[in-house]
Amino acid sequence: MSEKKIVEEELNFQRDFKSALTMVPGKFAKSMRTCVIWQFIRFLAINIKMIIVVGKSH
Amino acid sequence: MARLVVLGGGVAGHTTATFAAKWLGSEHEVVVVTPNAKWNWIPSNIWVGVGQMKKEEVTFDLAPVYAKAGITYYQAKAVSLNPEGSESSDKPFVTIEYTSADKAGQSETIEYDYIVNATGPKLNFDATPGLGDGNGQMGNNTVSVCTADHAVHASHKLAEAIEKMKGGTRQKFLIGTGHGMCTCQGAAFEYLFNIEHELKKAGVRDMADMKWISNESFLGDFGMGGLHMKVGGYVVSSKLFAESLFVERGVDWLIGAHTAKVENGKVEYELLDGSKGEEEFDFAMLIPPFAGVGLKAYDKTGEDITNTVFNPAGFMKVDGNYTPKPYAEWKASDWPRTYQNPIYSNMFAAGIAFAPPHIISKPMSSPNGTPINPTPPRTGMPSGIIGKAVAHSVCDLITKGDNAHLHEASMAEMGAACVASAGKGVFDGTAAAMTVYPVVPDFEKYPGTGRDTDYTFGEIGLAGHWIKHILHFLFIYKAKLNPGWTLIPE
Ligand SMILES: Cc1cc2nc3c(=O)[nH]c(=O)nc-3n(C[C@H](O)[C@H](O)[C@H](O)COP(=O)(O)OP(=O)(O)OC[C@H]3O[C@@H](n4cnc5c(N)ncnc54)[C@H](O)[C@@H]3O)c2cc1C
Repeated sequence: MSEKKIVEEELNFQRDFKSALTMVPGKFAKSMRTCVIWQFIRFLAINIKMIIVVGKSH
Repeated sequence: MARLVVLGGGVAGHTTATFAAKWLGSEHEVVVVTPNAKWNWIPSNIWVGVGQMKKEEVTFDLAPVYAKAGITYYQAKAVSLNPEGSESSDKPFVTIEYTSADKAGQSETIEYDYIVNATGPKLNFDATPGLGDGNGQMGNNTVSVCTADHAVHASHKLAEAIEKMKGGTRQKFLIGTGHGMCTCQGAAFEYLFNIEHELKKAGVRDMADMKWISNESFLGDFGMGGLHMKVGGYVVSSKLFAESLFVERGVDWLIGAHTAKVENGKVEYELLDGSKGEEEFDFAMLIPPFAGVGLKAYDKTGEDITNTVFNPAGFMKVDGNYTPKPYAEWKASDWPRTYQNPIYSNMFAAGIAFAPPHIISKPMSSPNGTPINPTPPRTGMPSGIIGKAVAHSVCDLITKGDNAHLHEASMAEMGAACVASAGKGVFDGTAAAMTVYPVVPDFEKYPGTGRDTDYTFGEIGLAGHWIKHILHFLFIYKAKLNPGWTLIPE
């Protein structure tokens, strides 16, 4: 019998039919969300985008 | 000397009053009538509701700030407007009722030259049986995070639930909207994911069943008809991202739901397909529907003109196009630009208090005729921007005369930056940082998604949490009128 391959992130797909129809982040995407260096870069990028939107709105 | 009276000292009213006082100087008078002694940075109530902030961190006393700004402050609620004055005087006036401890219940009238209604929402708990207590307040069956005091109460209930789970008792959490016509799904969404984060931190996530109940017809509608963003070379709907987050965090969802009745530990609901059902809970936070605060209006003879000045929900009519028409004919240009009342030109409304011309999401109802759709959100940034534009207009009318150009701030031409917290923590917190441009989709200008996808984006991560946290301090700093406050955008 072949061994089970459990991928933690994918388990919730099995919960019900509607849950299986979306996308979930894998380990890498999730780790980038709290990776301080990457998030610092994103912090700068998001701030610039928000400042542009705020500027266009006033 | 002219007198501007601002009703409501929340996001919109505080912005209007403080800018008007700065621009008008001591030559004219700015008056604020607001029932609370404290200003509340409402978005951070979410963190109070999970015990991560104290009430004192999200509120401050208004009186010293208004004294510093030279604003006359009445701790009172407005009750009625007489925009034509009375039979004995042409001077318009507002009737107020004091809420401060020393004068509670006493009435007074204040004459005005200009008035801005920024009274925000009435939290209409009683629209759903069992959600309210029958006297206009929140009932005992659910919690709320709409006010700082509600959030403190919610945090205690959450702590009790966590203790129960630690003791081995499973708990069911039901978070979302308490009526088919609610707005503010974003706040409920934030509270849901902050609870989920706290349960993980407390080591009891596996003892909790979590469910979202909402009047949105799809997850990620947020009362804005959803939004589309460019991600990985695709243009995708917020539905996919919202569903993704729910599945990732193991949260179930029930959408297109009108919460019809709330009891101790149970809600009854009706779905868009007309079916009815029940959902049990141990802990529920259901946002109440919003209405206007119930101001009355009278003409010179004392005749009730409330229906002329306000729409049936109690929001003040301004320069929007209120002609009823089908969804297919809705236009960005229906949305108000100056927020001036069409009959009384010295009367404006800002923030949640103005009557929107229609909703933003696609209107829906069940086969039984029950409307089940989000009403339009007027979040912090639009409320602040509108408040400032109105202050500008009134100041120009006072200083340049009746023909002064009115400043414009249409929600169909302004964006909104929203940061929805999904858990607090300097290194493990996350938030969905989003911008939408424009808030109200303009399908004539942007055929396809109705919005500019170069400026409509969203992503989740620690960066969003940092921004949310910085905004907390920045906006409280600004609202306290500390040095450089005018440089901080709304
Ligand atoms: C829990 C929660 C979280 C939120 N999070 C966010 C967020 O992250 N980002 C965002 O952009 N928006 C958020 N919002 C929405 C935001 O708080 C509102 O958009 C904003 O407060 C609206 O401003 P306003 O001035 O119209 O109303 P309010 O800020 O509610 O101000 C209305 C004021 O009028 C006063 N008032 C009431 N009745 C009377 C009366 N009769 N006479 C005189 N004064 C009266 C009230 O006491 C209050 O001070 C959130 C809302 C909630 C409930």
